[in-house]
Amino acid sequence: MKAYFLFALKRLLQLFAVCFAGISAAFFISHLSPISPVDSIIGRVSGRSTYSPEAIRALRATMTELFGLDVPLWQQYLNFWGRFVTGDLGPSLLAFPTPALRLVMIALPWTFGLLTATIIINWLIGNILGGLAGYYQNNRFLKAFGIVAIGLQPIPHYIVAFLMVILFGFLWPILPISGGFAMNVRVAWTPEFVLSVLHYALLPALSLVLVGIGTWFLGMRALVSNIVTEDYVTYAELAGVKRPTILFAYVIRNAMIPQLTSLAMTLGLIFSGTIIIEQVFSYPGLGTLLVRAVNEGDTTVVLAVSSIAIIAVATAIFIIDLLHPIFDPRVRVE
Amino acid sequence: MFSVFRDLLRYNVEFLIGVVLVGFITIFACLSFFAPMEPAMVYVVPPDQPPSWQFWFGTNSRGQDMFWQLTDAFWNSLTFGLTVAVISRIISIVIGMMAGYLGGIFDRVFMFFADIFVAIPIFPILILFYFVLRSDLNSFNLALVMACFGWPYDARLIRTVALGLRHREFTRQAVFAGMSPVKIMFEEHLPYVMPIIFSTAMANMIWSIGLEVTLAVLGFTNITIPTVGTTLFWANNHSALIVGIWWWILIPVVLLVMMFIGLFLLAVSMNEYIDPRSRLRRMGA
Repeated sequence: MKAYFLFALKRLLQLFAVCFAGISAAFFISHLSPISPVDSIIGRVSGRSTYSPEAIRALRATMTELFGLDVPLWQQYLNFWGRFVTGDLGPSLLAFPTPALRLVMIALPWTFGLLTATIIINWLIGNILGGLAGYYQNNRFLKAFGIVAIGLQPIPHYIVAFLMVILFGFLWPILPISGGFAMNVRVAWTPEFVLSVLHYALLPALSLVLVGIGTWFLGMRALVSNIVTEDYVTYAELAGVKRPTILFAYVIRNAMIPQLTSLAMTLGLIFSGTIIIEQVFSYPGLGTLLVRAVNEGDTTVVLAVSSIAIIAVATAIFIIDLLHPIFDPRVRVE
Repeated sequence: MFSVFRDLLRYNVEFLIGVVLVGFITIFACLSFFAPMEPAMVYVVPPDQPPSWQFWFGTNSRGQDMFWQLTDAFWNSLTFGLTVAVISRIISIVIGMMAGYLGGIFDRVFMFFADIFVAIPIFPILILFYFVLRSDLNSFNLALVMACFGWPYDARLIRTVALGLRHREFTRQAVFAGMSPVKIMFEEHLPYVMPIIFSTAMANMIWSIGLEVTLAVLGFTNITIPTVGTTLFWANNHSALIVGIWWWILIPVVLLVMMFIGLFLLAVSMNEYIDPRSRLRRMGA
């Protein structure tokens, strides 16, 4: 048990390091830019009508102070962390003066739900089918599935989502292609609302499954087709252990460990894919918020979404790492 | 090198298909040098013409000949992918080999950073770069940023191989013969790492071109540079699908899918070749 705590502590340190490095990077990228947010706001304001130079100067001074840009960069950085740990990420410009964090928190559950549901579907079904395909290598259905997976897996999320919109939005319009729930449904925990949410999530989820499931299927198939040549599998077969037992208890269980590591390592990538798909379907999650904030030039919301995304992904990786010992007894002992 | 290529072509149908697909797209992209007009120019041909003998891929609403426009778009996308792949390969080779061969504190520090880079979701970071640089975010800057995020996973793979090589007989021989660590790494160990570098380079190109397409479609790159992504961006911008100019969307998407499947098949088949067990099974031994 002590070994496990050490392992968890190491991972926890890593979690903090990732959050710190990622958020610092986000801060410096957004603050070292040659284009200051103050100038871009003044540009937008004065573009519509003419103001006196004094008014512009006063506005510039006010904005500089509001953004906290009147102090050196390192001071801004410290101030940023000081406010960050208290959960203050500044007001959004999209919906001034709503805090940027609140906008992010409204969007987060949508992304979280979509992401969790599709990752679980992809990982479980992809791995089980892949395991079967690696073990029963002559099965026609699994062979066909492998070819489809090879065809779909390398296509970027955006293209698949786009094709889904064309298919189910224009050619055969049976599924809703935009939004998170029907307009005439009230947001509450009623069966009607939940059904509507599920109905609207179908296409985004389907796109994510189509792109994502192949990775796990192909990875698992390759792993299992190597494991079945190991001596211990041959021995188990000769000893008359039932085939399903060999497959699930001896083969798939061993192959699960690298697949779990690989899930932790690709989570950032999967997250990126999800926010793109949200944008295509105007799903009310982080992706849509991020793109809207960029188009509106809203620095605080962009920074807030990036920071929360970094924390969320790092935490998810941390949790997956903590699950490791369940599958891999060696981690428990070492 | 040549015999490896011949073996792969002979025993691996996936590799053959991959070579054909990628070769086709590469030749198509190279045609951009014979384009009769500057591909970025607009309103040079009658707009909205469907594919015909005169305009093979039709023309779009911006008055561009889709055939020549796409040759240039694919050329730019391919060179973008190659740039990212080359730069990130260099980073991952140097870091992976050093971490694996030198070990100790090098290993721990490098892998610590690799783990951090792996965990940071790149898409928000790229959007942030666009957000501050706007149209200054040209292809090369974007390639540089993406290369900085494309190395850690592959550096880990290379490190694993280098770790195994460190304790091999010939490495000790080389050390006793007085070879410097740098020489050992790059003359003795690099050939063993080469197959991994090729297969991960293909996977890296799929990743970087895919991200570039996504960013461009959202309008988050310099949209005046013709790439596959910006082609789709302009198509969406002119509501090509609703107007019924399907060839503006369908042809780039089909070509793009061909390129991705080709690259993926190359990566998969090379990966399989690296593992001697699956190679032997494939050759029927």
